[in-house]
Amino acid sequence: MVSEAKAEFLERSKEFWNPGKTQFWQDQDVDLVIDKREGYHLFDMDGRRLIDVHLNGGTYNLGHRNAELIAVMTAAAARFDMGNHHFPALARTALAETIAACMPGDLQYTIYGAGGAEAIDIALKTARNATKKKKIVSIVKAYHGHTGLAVKTGDARFSKLFLSEDTAGEFIQVPFNDLNAMEDALKRRDVAAVIMETIPATYGFPMPKEGYLPGVKRLTERYDALYIADEVQTGFMRTGAMWGVNKYGIEPDIMVLGKALTGGIYPISAAVVSKRHAGWLTEDGFGHISTSGGAEIGCCVAMKVLEITQRPEVASMVRYIADFVRAGLNRIQAQYPDWFIGIRQHGVVMGLEFNHPEGAKPVMKHLYKNGVWAIFSTLDPRVLQFKPGILMTQASCEDLLRRVDIAIGDARTEVIGSGSRRAG
Amino acid sequence: MPSPLEALIDLSGTPAALTAQADTMLERARWASEVYQRYDRTRVMRIAEAVANAAHEKAEAYAEWAVRETGFGVVAHKKIKNELTARPFLDYYRDWDFVNPRTDPNTGVVEVPKPAGVIFALIPSTNPIATINFKAICAILTRNAIVMSPHPAARECCVDAARMLAKVAEAAGAPDGIIQVVEKPAIPLIDQFMKSDKTDVILATGGNAMVRSAYSSSNPALGVGPGNAPCYVDNSADLKHAAYCISESKSFDNSVLCTNESVLIAHAAIAEALARELEKTGCHICNEDETAQLRTYLFHDRGFNIEAIGREATWIAAKAGLRVPPKTKVLITPISMIGVDEPLSKEKLCPVLAMVSATSRSQAIATARAVLRFQGAGHSSAIHCKDAQTILDFAAAVESYRVVVNAPCSQGAAGFGTNLAPTFTVGTGFFGRSSIGENLGPQHLVHWTRVAFGAESRDLARGVSSSGYSLPGPLPEAPSDGVPGKSAMSLGQMSSAGGSLPADPNYAALREEIRRVIAEELREALKG
Repeated sequence: MVSEAKAEFLERSKEFWNPGKTQFWQDQDVDLVIDKREGYHLFDMDGRRLIDVHLNGGTYNLGHRNAELIAVMTAAAARFDMGNHHFPALARTALAETIAACMPGDLQYTIYGAGGAEAIDIALKTARNATKKKKIVSIVKAYHGHTGLAVKTGDARFSKLFLSEDTAGEFIQVPFNDLNAMEDALKRRDVAAVIMETIPATYGFPMPKEGYLPGVKRLTERYDALYIADEVQTGFMRTGAMWGVNKYGIEPDIMVLGKALTGGIYPISAAVVSKRHAGWLTEDGFGHISTSGGAEIGCCVAMKVLEITQRPEVASMVRYIADFVRAGLNRIQAQYPDWFIGIRQHGVVMGLEFNHPEGAKPVMKHLYKNGVWAIFSTLDPRVLQFKPGILMTQASCEDLLRRVDIAIGDARTEVIGSGSRRAG
Repeated sequence: MPSPLEALIDLSGTPAALTAQADTMLERARWASEVYQRYDRTRVMRIAEAVANAAHEKAEAYAEWAVRETGFGVVAHKKIKNELTARPFLDYYRDWDFVNPRTDPNTGVVEVPKPAGVIFALIPSTNPIATINFKAICAILTRNAIVMSPHPAARECCVDAARMLAKVAEAAGAPDGIIQVVEKPAIPLIDQFMKSDKTDVILATGGNAMVRSAYSSSNPALGVGPGNAPCYVDNSADLKHAAYCISESKSFDNSVLCTNESVLIAHAAIAEALARELEKTGCHICNEDETAQLRTYLFHDRGFNIEAIGREATWIAAKAGLRVPPKTKVLITPISMIGVDEPLSKEKLCPVLAMVSATSRSQAIATARAVLRFQGAGHSSAIHCKDAQTILDFAAAVESYRVVVNAPCSQGAAGFGTNLAPTFTVGTGFFGRSSIGENLGPQHLVHWTRVAFGAESRDLARGVSSSGYSLPGPLPEAPSDGVPGKSAMSLGQMSSAGGSLPADPNYAALREEIRRVIAEELREALKG
């Protein structure tokens, strides 16, 4: 039951904020209005608690309102503000140095944005400047954000609405896991860059086939294009290594960081570029300007995020969480083999696949009823994005699995009915 | 060198930093302990053997390191202690089963073991490596995870030894993080560990302040108190043997074991003869002036002079301005008072032994009680005597929870060379404001769930107890789909969807087909 206060709030939300989005969730039976938040828990304004395994694409990787991040932000605010984007700045350089120290290959320069999409635009512009070519290749159903260039790399749903789709043939999309299609797109040597989410999140985490990503990297080398790794959702230990590309043995030419970089406390984003592709920083250092890009308080928070994430204990925790949750999901899957038909997993990046074109939606709804918040994949709603945080406790994981078991069963009953095929 | 962030903003020592530091280790330990509880006894014992063997092999190397780093004790004796807490310690507990359920044959109650979970263990500077070995093996045997916090004076050898044992345990199959060590121990951080609700039990071995602090933390604690063992030599004793034991015990690792004899109470009838025997074993009996010099050197206004802890007798003599024979092992200071008016009647973690005489057995017992009333209540006492009734009278009267008979007290009260359980944490019980009065062992780190059957269900108890009890073992490794050799398929996990399928296009097509058929059926079913 929605409280009177919440009903009244939802009306105002429709009136002043976003009527479409507000109504969508009511139609999905998800009447969530997030109020307080703490660790891996969200509290609805009517008081219900939810375990958060959506984490806004990994933003809250270290938990909501992580105490260390709040402490560093508070201390930073006693000395810094966003800073002046024209001048050399203490915190911006300190973070750039910190990032360079944990990058694969020779990635050295950090160029700052305010949000992930801006950093994608920076990466694409940098690639165009470096190669003097314009074409960008991404995968079908790619998702890299909503700014001018980023939106053109993605699904037409988000560009057509605003008459912003590519009409010049500069943005090419090829199917994921198809090296032949990739080679066809690259072989005229007129492509500036291939941009790849290491595991495509909004597409429901289809996993790269063995050899696919290294294959794409080799093709970019062969056909003089750059490889841009979008590590917004797969970085920060979520695969059990600092960056998803580490696990696939790839050293990208440019890497894009966002979301988890500042733990949802003070947003900034970054494109990290090797020296040989960052010529424009010397040619015209004012080439990209972003007033809130690399805001210095955010830089301080990001340094703490990187320090926490690289603690040896954390690598150990991620392994435990991944193994434990997988073991639990395997048990649940064995109970509902006709409904819960697949688990995609790399570390704590997981996609749960259901036997219905929109199967993840009822599962999301029943999870919500059972105190868990996980979201369907916008571009493949058969798949539920399932993203436990990297500091989740054993007790919390156990509680999560208990609730997931019930919710998946309830969703199955709703969609298929309670008869047949249920094992055990 | 500070990190770029620390150069701008230093959070070290803030509550957020301390909490995070403790929580990170404790949560990792929690995961390790939860996974370790899936292990059966065979696996547990395999890990325990590996840890005990490694500890044994490294006994001497770490003995040298500990003496070098702390300045306390004797390498040869530390080696013995480090060894005793390795293989012989495991041998003592080898037949105890802390993993499988058991049935009480008298009551029919079935008992299921439940490990504490996460242990926070303080490691003292006086017996650092032996305590690490002891506590690590206790934890391993009972399927607990342990976080060790070394005394800063012994930090380097402890960190190295604990890391070595952790590595060995993990190589033998233990969950990672089962043994962890606090690398930069400091009081505020230790407090954080002790008061954290993520700590299940504290093993507090160390100075009195630290032990009291453990008890005040709000968490369950198993701790020691200070020792100050009275040692009574009765007129029935074999004086030669008594002198030998006392001299061996007081010189063993230069008396850093808190079980060492502190005040020797000699029956007046044999006091002189005993003194002569002690001299023969390398003890120097001080004259009044020498005793006064030692008193001044050893006891300051603030308490015991820590510089003297674990030092050689000759070193202490030189510092105090005494001239003694170079082979002197123990300094004996005759005293006449016990209590506030005589500091030498307090605990002395060095080879200095106070000596007092008693005109009768009852006066000797009264003296022993006075010693323990002053300091060391609940800890240890020793008696050298051939009369069973006197031994029992003494044991019944003294407020200590162990009485060592005709043996060196240092080793004997800690269970070495006697029939007591070997330990490096001596429970001082209610007298000593502690929760256990026994020698701490693995059995204190497990509680048992008692399964009680109603009168009509007693037969079931037999079924429960005799039925097989199986534990699943380590967690299988989760897949890293797309990484060669790490996909769900290659790891033998359940089949999975999407890109984790093998690259075989025929298989993928077949799978698509199955999916289409199922989806169609589903649509039909939904229509119906």
